[in-house]
Amino acid sequence: MHERVAAARERVNTQVIPALVEAFPGKVEVIPPTNDLIPQVYVASDVHEPVARWLKERGFHMLVDITAADYYPKREPRFELVYHLREMPEKDPKGEKGLGMIRVRVKLTEKEPVHTLSHIWEMANAAEREIWDQFGLNIVNHPNLTRILNPDDWEGHPLRRDYPLRGPRALINLEMPADENRYHPFVEAEPAKEGE
Amino acid sequence: MSMAEDLELEEQRPERMSLSIGPHHPATHGVLRVKLELEGETVVKAEPETGFLHTGIEKTAEHLNWNQATTVMDRMDYLAPISNNTGYVLAVEKLLGIEDRIPEKARVTRVVLLELNRIASHLVGLGTGGLDYGNIGTPIFWAFELRDRILDIFEHTTGQRMNPSYIRVGGLAYDLPHNFKEMVEDFLKLAPSRIQELKDVMLNNPIFVDRAKGVSVITYEQALRYGLTGRNLRVTGSDYDVRKYYPYLGYENYDFNVPVYTAGDSWSRVAITFDEMFESLKIIRQALDNLPWDDRHIIDDRKLVLPPKQEVKHSMEALIHHFKLVHYGFDVPAGEVYVAIESPRGEIGFYVVSDGGNKPMRVRVRPPSFYAVYSLPVLLEGHLLSDMVGAIATIDPVFGEVDR
Amino acid sequence: MSADGVFKDQGGFLTTTVDSFLRWAQSNSIWPLTFGLACCAIEMMNLASGPRYDIARYGSEAFRASPRQADLMFVSGRVSNKMAPVIKRVYSQMLEPKWVVAFGACASSGGIFDNYAVMQGVDNMLPVDIYVPGCPPTPEAVIYAVQKLRGQIRKDDPRGGIIVRGQ
Repeated sequence: MHERVAAARERVNTQVIPALVEAFPGKVEVIPPTNDLIPQVYVASDVHEPVARWLKERGFHMLVDITAADYYPKREPRFELVYHLREMPEKDPKGEKGLGMIRVRVKLTEKEPVHTLSHIWEMANAAEREIWDQFGLNIVNHPNLTRILNPDDWEGHPLRRDYPLRGPRALINLEMPADENRYHPFVEAEPAKEGE
Repeated sequence: MSMAEDLELEEQRPERMSLSIGPHHPATHGVLRVKLELEGETVVKAEPETGFLHTGIEKTAEHLNWNQATTVMDRMDYLAPISNNTGYVLAVEKLLGIEDRIPEKARVTRVVLLELNRIASHLVGLGTGGLDYGNIGTPIFWAFELRDRILDIFEHTTGQRMNPSYIRVGGLAYDLPHNFKEMVEDFLKLAPSRIQELKDVMLNNPIFVDRAKGVSVITYEQALRYGLTGRNLRVTGSDYDVRKYYPYLGYENYDFNVPVYTAGDSWSRVAITFDEMFESLKIIRQALDNLPWDDRHIIDDRKLVLPPKQEVKHSMEALIHHFKLVHYGFDVPAGEVYVAIESPRGEIGFYVVSDGGNKPMRVRVRPPSFYAVYSLPVLLEGHLLSDMVGAIATIDPVFGEVDR
Repeated sequence: MSADGVFKDQGGFLTTTVDSFLRWAQSNSIWPLTFGLACCAIEMMNLASGPRYDIARYGSEAFRASPRQADLMFVSGRVSNKMAPVIKRVYSQMLEPKWVVAFGACASSGGIFDNYAVMQGVDNMLPVDIYVPGCPPTPEAVIYAVQKLRGQIRKDDPRGGIIVRGQ
């Protein structure tokens, strides 16, 4: 099975990616794969939806996951939208499974608009709501862009790197209640009264 | 829905009723809110709402060391903590490039624990599924009794019944207890007859067949578009299983089948669970026979793994390694990986981004139950209200994973 | 006897006997509410329906789903910001006397999750009677907690019985 996966990888690298670069000249940049050997490309944000449709027609019918990452402050543009596609048969479940995978990455600044993928895959609907909730990326033409994980009236986008871990509580200087009971040798403190 | 929208809608469509099955409900398997629009008893529109268990796990993992983050990853899919653990650790090992140096004992034990976990998780799903279909008492009693024996094995091996955080980067946290093989053998002797009893009680029960056969059907195309994987995809005819197609931890050496059903209804989703449990027993049998007892349980690299305590008292380098690992952890080279494993819920994927430091920069978990819950509109619309309970039970969501 | 029918502090011989009988009855028939949130809910299911840790032998035979019919709320699992108003509403729908057990580390104090999304302990919102540490606590620990609660109800918990202690 490892040979089949390696062969699929070869096929994606030698056939699909050069065709992709030809079909969208100047907008697709090929990067060498990391330790998981999945072929990856950088795509400009204005063509990422046509690229997804193009790849779907070539057999990548399964959208594995859409996610985002925040590289603040290491590089500008700070956000990156990442999605993985996998070759699966479209209508016949017993059909030949290509098993090739490809990772598409889109570099984004804070307010740059990026088109939704929910008209192609319904699962993108929920996944993009989560990306908007946690990162605040500007997703265009989404049917229902509301908070999905945090409460509806939450302010801020928690998974950004500059959002504090404790959220609104981080701004309050809370002392532990035990501090009030602790005996401070340099401060004149009254001993705790009975029943308090 | 607000009151004003509700009233507007009621005036336009007087035969419809909107019902909100709230987060606190005995039949929603956890904290799920489903907003339904009913015409009589038939569901016309369904919309799930989640987020009631959001814990900020992905954000917390960015502030913990690479090894400490396994504790937090455990608590996502709390019915199968060992799968979450293993997936994350496999991703980190791939980033480090040490996946070929993991000792064989650790690899085989990981497989044994993963499959035991799969059986335990399926038992909970079946027990509570039986409860939802009205079979109050028998399935849940028998299933939880068998599961207690698996949790006993976990307690002896890992120290805790649930959420053990036992799989660490490089192997296992501690060595196996001396009677590990006997305990698992005892379980393997007992399990097949118990699972068969449970299957006889549940599967051909005429009430269950009436309520579940042909109900909440999903086709292969819809399943692919809604992102379903695992059992929810295998009932539509596809045999996609990450253990067979992208094998990890030596799964290509074990001889097991992947059960496939074509009907796509709730009955198949329960039947496939029983078949998967029998296949897991086969895998555990083969793995236990291949377990090399006299092997290390963790990799021998002092930069990643704590040295044994006796050495720390005598050797200066061991002391320095211990100090650095406890205070700082280890650095992982920069890069991104995506690693997927087959958890009882489906394909759980870990997209881990490292910036070269001792803490992960971004850990994204691809949650299989998230997509399963958001495919509920397809499963519920057009069916009766009482079918809703069965649909939610058979897709087996775990809300720690949906909301993370 | 006071205006609302509650005996304050001492009461006579008859009322103290009735009071202790009522406390005995209450402590032996605590009906929990099914309120599982996260991982601790699975340990709670072991308590309720597992044959090994069986809480029905202590009187909690019926795990009621409706808050109107339950006495004890096990807050089992992490309390997120979105779930907090729901818990408050369910708690206020329970009838007196009612007790709360904070099951697990996350309900007692936020557990390992000290971040924006988890309320650091359900006692920021509800009055908790017993805290059970553990992640998740073994069912034996919870049974010990329930035993302590029963002892409390039987002796001097101000919410049990008919005699109100204090003012």
